[in-house]
Amino acid sequence: MGATVTTANSEGKTWGGGNEPMGINYGKMMMWFFIVSDALTFSGFLAAYGFSRYKFIETWPLADEVFNHFPFMHGVNAPMYYVALMTFILIFSSVTMVLAVDAGHQMKKQKVAIYMFLTIIGGGIFLGSQAWEWKNFIKGEYGAIETKGGSILQFVNAKGERVKLEDFAATLHEDREQLTRNKGVWFSGESSLPRYSVNEVVEGFKAHPDLLVRTEIIYHPTQANLKDTRLHPELNKSTHKHKTILTREESLKRLADAHYVVEGANLIRNEYGQKLFANFFFFITGFHGFHVFTGVLINVLIFLNVVLGTYEKRRSYEMVEKVGLYWHFVDLVWVFVFTFFYLV
Amino acid sequence: MAHEHVSNTKRIWLVFAILSVVTIVEVAFGIFKPAILHDTLFLQMNLLNWLFITLTIYKAYYIVWAFMHLEGEKSNLRWSIVAPLVFLIIYLVFILLVEGNYIFDVFKSSQIKWNF
Repeated sequence: MGATVTTANSEGKTWGGGNEPMGINYGKMMMWFFIVSDALTFSGFLAAYGFSRYKFIETWPLADEVFNHFPFMHGVNAPMYYVALMTFILIFSSVTMVLAVDAGHQMKKQKVAIYMFLTIIGGGIFLGSQAWEWKNFIKGEYGAIETKGGSILQFVNAKGERVKLEDFAATLHEDREQLTRNKGVWFSGESSLPRYSVNEVVEGFKAHPDLLVRTEIIYHPTQANLKDTRLHPELNKSTHKHKTILTREESLKRLADAHYVVEGANLIRNEYGQKLFANFFFFITGFHGFHVFTGVLINVLIFLNVVLGTYEKRRSYEMVEKVGLYWHFVDLVWVFVFTFFYLV
Repeated sequence: MAHEHVSNTKRIWLVFAILSVVTIVEVAFGIFKPAILHDTLFLQMNLLNWLFITLTIYKAYYIVWAFMHLEGEKSNLRWSIVAPLVFLIIYLVFILLVEGNYIFDVFKSSQIKWNF
């Protein structure tokens, strides 16, 4: 690799080539500058997310209520644990990556191969975990009603616990026809119908006198709210950040505006609340997941080259270092996504 | 590849320990949400969120400096990577969050009911 060797006596022939003003060769520097531009892309996305969140600060869904699933613990409220696990998996695969780079510096082919392999496995597990997370997010758990004005109404029982649509919806033997592209205008359609019609949910709500409506507005114990007789007098007292629960009369009044049954999430509406929430979730975690996926692919290529002895012949494992930079960057982005989607 | 080729496995595991501990602390705060931190506002954001963001930047520092090995690079490379990012991100975030907050105020205090 003559091109990467810096000649010591380069004074006097600055433009003669072979100079490395930044102390690294061309390939590694370009990887760094790619990372800078990609980091700016991600910060653009996260800043846009922050913008929308500040814009709808009072109605943004609470992450603890949305991401509370854990494998093999169905129905158990376990916020945070699963993403914390995913974070660990990614950080650990970063560690094995940096160990591979370290072994490469010492020209230990066997060790580089093992650590690269572990990194690929870690990336694979992370991708699988993200797929599971998406599945839960898309499927939803409780279901909700969208009003004519576009806000989401969720349902709780007399204790303030969430209630699923299937637990109270009446059976009316009526079916709404699914809108497909060949029925209306060519660009509008829906992928599937909700399991219940609006009437079934509304009638079911009327038949269960202990049910209440929860709006998407985060409750604040202001003077106006404390005096407001439309809000439930007992259930809003919790000091934990929570959504506003209405009285039975007000619930029925709000439900008169019911327009659409929402189950799970898609790019148009989601049962968790503010519509943009699902769009940003899909877009940012999806774009990050795509980076992880390409990272795994590149890791596989480099792993094969390590096993075949390409870098051994080259007497330099610098390619491992370059792909390592990319892999750490993917981990770095996840650290921020984790903070802004799940913690803050 | 001008840096020394000694193995720094020890440092790698140390950084892994730091990153893990910070993540565990973040998750613990995220689950328990102490009321003092959660209810005190500083620059329109509660202290708990400030804590999360600080810890995240702390983690980012270790990933970039130790794992991506920026600590061993020349300072002109370090600056050409870190300076544009720090400046542009702070600038962008400042502008967008202030604007988002302003639009929230307009929606809240205007005569138009936009979500009902």
